[in-house]
Amino acid sequence: MTDLTSLTLADARDRLRRREFSAAELAEAHLTAIEKARALNAYVLETPDRARAMAHAADARLAAGDARPLEGLALGVKDMFATKDVRTTACSRILDNFLPTYESTVSAHLWRDGAVMLGKLNNDEFAMGSSNESSFFGPAISPWRRRAANTPLVPGGSSGGSAAAVAAQLCLGATGTDTGGSIRQPAAFTGIVGIKPTYGRCSRWGIVAFASSLDQAGPFARTVRDAAILLTSMAGHDPKDTTSVDLPVPDYEAAVGRSIKGMKIGLPKEYRVEGMATEIEKLWELGAQWLAAAGAEIVTVSLPHTKYALPAYYIVAPAEASSNLARYDGVRYGLRVPGRDVAHMYQNTRAAGFGKEVRRRIMIGTYVLSAGYYDAYYLRAQKVRTLIKRDFEQVFAAGVDAMLAPATPSAAFAVGEKGGRDPVEMYLNDVFTVPVNLAGLPGISVPGGLSADGLPLGLQLIGRPFGEGTLFSLANVIEQAAGRFSPERWW
Amino acid sequence: MSVDPDTVRRIAQLARIAVAEDEIEHLRGELNAILAFVEQLSQVDVEGVEPMTSVIPMEMKKRPDIVTDGGIPDAILKNAPAAEEHFFVVPKVVE
Repeated sequence: MTDLTSLTLADARDRLRRREFSAAELAEAHLTAIEKARALNAYVLETPDRARAMAHAADARLAAGDARPLEGLALGVKDMFATKDVRTTACSRILDNFLPTYESTVSAHLWRDGAVMLGKLNNDEFAMGSSNESSFFGPAISPWRRRAANTPLVPGGSSGGSAAAVAAQLCLGATGTDTGGSIRQPAAFTGIVGIKPTYGRCSRWGIVAFASSLDQAGPFARTVRDAAILLTSMAGHDPKDTTSVDLPVPDYEAAVGRSIKGMKIGLPKEYRVEGMATEIEKLWELGAQWLAAAGAEIVTVSLPHTKYALPAYYIVAPAEASSNLARYDGVRYGLRVPGRDVAHMYQNTRAAGFGKEVRRRIMIGTYVLSAGYYDAYYLRAQKVRTLIKRDFEQVFAAGVDAMLAPATPSAAFAVGEKGGRDPVEMYLNDVFTVPVNLAGLPGISVPGGLSADGLPLGLQLIGRPFGEGTLFSLANVIEQAAGRFSPERWW
Repeated sequence: MSVDPDTVRRIAQLARIAVAEDEIEHLRGELNAILAFVEQLSQVDVEGVEPMTSVIPMEMKKRPDIVTDGGIPDAILKNAPAAEEHFFVVPKVVE
C-alpha cells in the first residue's frame, strides 16, 4: 500500500469512504511520520491520544455509512487557535501552559465535520514574523533545502509550522492565520497551497488576536482542491464574531476545475518592484501565459498606492497588537513574574513573557497611539488604507475578475539570514501580500515552479470580496500547468 | 520623527514592559528604523480621505442587551496564576 501520508486530502477522503483503509490507520501513519520529523520542529504539541480517539470515532461513522465531509482526515492546527483542553500558547512564553476552556469556531467547524487533530503547529510568536524564527519553541525548519546544500531554511511565517507540516506530509492539511501574508508566504516557500479568505469569511472567535482588522484564518493543503475542501468547512457565519459575515458558504470544491474562459485577469504594474529577481518576474509571466492559454484575458492594471501598503501596515498592525496584547498582564492566565507592587508585576511579567519582535511591535504600537502622535501616524495610516482599498475597488469596477502577482519577492532564505540588524529587512518579505490584508480581500498562493536553487516559488491570485471560488478555479489552472512539488526527504 | 532615550523609557512605561537601561540604546535604534520606514506615509495626499473603520462594508451587528453567558467561575479562573475563592489574586494595591 502507498504511504498513507502521501495522499491528497481528497484522495484520503474518498478512499476512507471506500473503506480501503481506516481512519485509525491514517492517523497512525501520520503520528509515525511526525515522530520521525521532529527535526523540523513543525509541531509544538503532538496530541496522539486525541488523534486516536477522534480517528476511532470517525471509523465508527464510516462503518455506519454516516461520514461527515472531513470524516477521519488528519489535520494540524496552528497554535494561534484555542483548542479546548489542549495547550494553546501562540508560541509565546507569556501564555505559558494556557489550557483553553473553549474551542475556536474555525477548529470547531473542522471537528464538527469529522476531522482528526494530530497536534498544534509552530508559528512566529503571536503570529508576528515572516520566518517562524520568533517562536518561543524555536524556529520551524523547512523540509526544503537548496540543491546540493544542507543549510537549514525557514518555512516562512508566521504559519511556518503549518506549512512545513503540510509540505513534509505530517498532516493532510492545516489551519493558518494571515495578518500580512502569514498563510500565503509560507505556502509559497514550501511549495503548497494556502488561501487567506475575505475578511469576515472565517470567524476570528477563539483565535489569539494579533491585529483584529487584518487577521483571517485559512487553510494550507498540498492541492487546490484540498484547500477548497478545508475552507468550505472552516468558513461560515458566527454570531460570536461581529465582523463575521452572514453569507452562505459555497461548495468551494465545485469551483475546482471550472472554466476560466473569458475571465479578465489584471497584472498590477506596481508589483514589478525595483530589483525584483529575474526568476520571479519570469514565473509571473509564465503564470499569465497559463491563464491566457486557458482562455483568460490578461490586462495590465494599476494600484497606485501599493508602495504605501507596507508602511501603513507597520502602523496599523502594531497599533492593534499593542491594544490586543494589553490583556497579558499576569492576572487572568499565563505567566506571572512577581514585582514589588502590581505595576511592577505587570512590567516584569510582560518583559519576561514577550520575545523581542513582539516587544518591538507593542512599543511601536504604543507610540503611534500615544497622545500627540495618533493623528500623524495611526489616523493617517487608516486614511492611506482607504486609498489602497479604493485602488483595488477601481480595478474590479473596470471588470477585472482577479489579479495575478508573485507571492513573495524571493524563494525561502536561511535561518538567521534576515532581520538580525534591521527589523525592516524582514518586513519587506510581505510586500506583495500586505496590501491584500489592508483591503480585506481574498488571496491564494499556489506553487508555480522552482528557483534556480531548486526551491519552490509561489504565485498569488487576488480576488474580489468573497470571490474565493474564482480563486480556486484560477489556481487550479496554474496547478494543472505547473504541476506539484515535494521536497526530498532528509529528516 | 525619531525617538530619544527618554521617549523609549516612556513608551516602555506606557506599554508596561520593564526595559533594562542597557537595552534602551538598541531599542531606540530599532524603533527609529521602523519610524523612518513608515515616514513615507507623509508623502501621501490624504486630504478629504475618510479613515478606514470597517474592512467589509456591513451594518454593525447588534444583539439584545441581555446576559447570554455566565455562571462559570471555575472555567474563568482555571488558568489564573493565583486565585482564591473565585477571585483573581493580585499583589496588594492599597496599603
